[in-house]
Amino acid sequence: MKVADAFKNRKAFISFITCGDPDLETTEELLLTMEQGGVDLIELGIPFSDPTAEGPVIQGASLRALSNGVTTDKVFDMVRRVRPKLNIPLVFMTYANVVFSYGIERFVSTCAEVGMNGIILPDVPFEEREEFSAVCDRFNIDFIPLIAPTSDDRISMIAKNAKGFVYCVSSLGVTGTRDSITTDIGEMVNTVRENTDVPAAVGFGISTPQQAADIAKVSDGIIIGSAIVRLIAKYGRSCAKYVYDYVVSIRSALDELK
Amino acid sequence: MSNGKFGIHGGQYIPETLMNAVNELEKAYNKYKNDPEFNAELTTLLNEYAGRPSLLYYAEKMTKDLGGAKIYLKREDLNHTGSHKINNVLGQVLLAKKMGKTRVIAETGAGQHGVATATAAALFGMECEVFMGEEDTKRQALNVYRMKLLGAKVHPVSSGTATLKDAVSETMREWTSRIDDTHYVLGSVMGPHPFPTIVRDFQAVISKEIKQQCLEKEGKLPDAVLACVGGGSNAMGAFYHFIENKGVRLIGCEAAGKGINTFETAATVSVGKLGIFHGMKSYFCQDEYGQIAPVYSISAGLDYPGVGPEHAHLHDIGRAEYVPVTDDEAVTAFEYLSRVEGIIPAIESSHAVAHAIKLAPTMDKEQIMVINISGRGDKDVAAIARYRGENITE
Repeated sequence: MKVADAFKNRKAFISFITCGDPDLETTEELLLTMEQGGVDLIELGIPFSDPTAEGPVIQGASLRALSNGVTTDKVFDMVRRVRPKLNIPLVFMTYANVVFSYGIERFVSTCAEVGMNGIILPDVPFEEREEFSAVCDRFNIDFIPLIAPTSDDRISMIAKNAKGFVYCVSSLGVTGTRDSITTDIGEMVNTVRENTDVPAAVGFGISTPQQAADIAKVSDGIIIGSAIVRLIAKYGRSCAKYVYDYVVSIRSALDELK
Repeated sequence: MSNGKFGIHGGQYIPETLMNAVNELEKAYNKYKNDPEFNAELTTLLNEYAGRPSLLYYAEKMTKDLGGAKIYLKREDLNHTGSHKINNVLGQVLLAKKMGKTRVIAETGAGQHGVATATAAALFGMECEVFMGEEDTKRQALNVYRMKLLGAKVHPVSSGTATLKDAVSETMREWTSRIDDTHYVLGSVMGPHPFPTIVRDFQAVISKEIKQQCLEKEGKLPDAVLACVGGGSNAMGAFYHFIENKGVRLIGCEAAGKGINTFETAATVSVGKLGIFHGMKSYFCQDEYGQIAPVYSISAGLDYPGVGPEHAHLHDIGRAEYVPVTDDEAVTAFEYLSRVEGIIPAIESSHAVAHAIKLAPTMDKEQIMVINISGRGDKDVAAIARYRGENITE
């Protein structure tokens, strides 16, 4: 399985949840539910104490998970259990210090062992990626880069070296739902496409089926995190059916594009 | 662009959204740092507005009382706004103005950096917003009002431990949402490159003056320079021009809180390990999974789980020493300097005074020690009174 598989047949729907929010059993259940609902790739957040790229919703999820005693090792154990039941690629989304403190090689090799396919570190920009990406390359784990509305002349350099997909950040600021997205996503994605064949998926601020469809029209896929995490926060251990309904509504909107 | 490493420390571990902003800042700084006009403007501000050069005061009574090294106090507490923070702020706000920015944002712990930033923003006619841990807005209520008086908007930060580290995180988040017209006036020698270098250079005026003043008064360099270290800006400023003079001991005094054998400590070099946080690789107080520890110190300004990357490097190569000082020792030193010299030091600076009290008697009478009094203690009087069981409010 590869990250690229998520983009093979249709507009990719990428979802994000924080591992261990509200507990790891629910996370396991959600992974299966989201695949059934039509998600093509899942970003698993390993909680970090001080997630500087996140808005209040995902900050809250990290805090809940950490206060429940979730650790990197427990997350790896959870993935080890659930991986055989899943047929879509999985990537970790976490912060540099979580990987660095575990030992980069030890972290990445464990990723490979449990069946992870990629890593996203929002606080590791192009200039600092080598220390992480070189190890990822050796273990066939995609080190997925981000570009932002402020990236301008940096897009080509980042895209040319991209693996897996290019994570296009739709808006300034931190993660969280937004009423409107003002960046010219089409132009951003086109610049990526001029520089690489790796797909471009767009995240930050997307929550409604309409937004998902509008963005997917001009990109290869969309990423939704906070809107799902908010449902988890609201319904706790019984969130799976609400997340399922929501995921299905996004999937339908994307499929109607064809 | 260089990536700003100090040995293995430093770097630029920040979201892609901010990369062009820090690159633009580095370009602007490189353009202006050797620009005679910029430097003349800054020197005028430092001298005419902030009251530099600050005095190097011979603490005769303290010297006699301790019976060892000849002790001088570098009086950064006498600067406008009451601390060394103004040195960096005037530099950065002037730079921001040159870059065409109209709004500045800043984090603050004790409130000293926030007050300095609000002051400079008032002077330059810029919009100013300060992020301060909710816990600290309670500990330092007077400084919150001071910032408001100066026209700044103060945002209490309730996430995490609601202290300095959370204020830094929130200011970074704010910067990613509004970059075009906004400069982040980072208050210490930390964060992503080029901040550790910029802040050091603007604070280096402290060691430049100490060197000159010490040579004038004593005809030789000091034997030891002591300063407190949280993020480490006053210490970096006091150390910088002495790094090349290997005979000068450089001693950073960290906040040990209730002791380095407890969890209630902020002595990063003593108990931290290598990590990546707030834009830099350096030493951080953290658990085995890299979760940043909820640190503690009586001093809001030193209550930070990391240390600037250049300090981490000076520690690695053995050029500077870092020692832990507890709350109790700092409070005793706060009272000591008040009584003996009639100078009320900030509780932050009191950590350096506390170590000096231990060190001076072990040195010869011909030896010279300089303690950087980074700020004045008026802001701490109520808290120290409460620490001693007196029930007074500000």
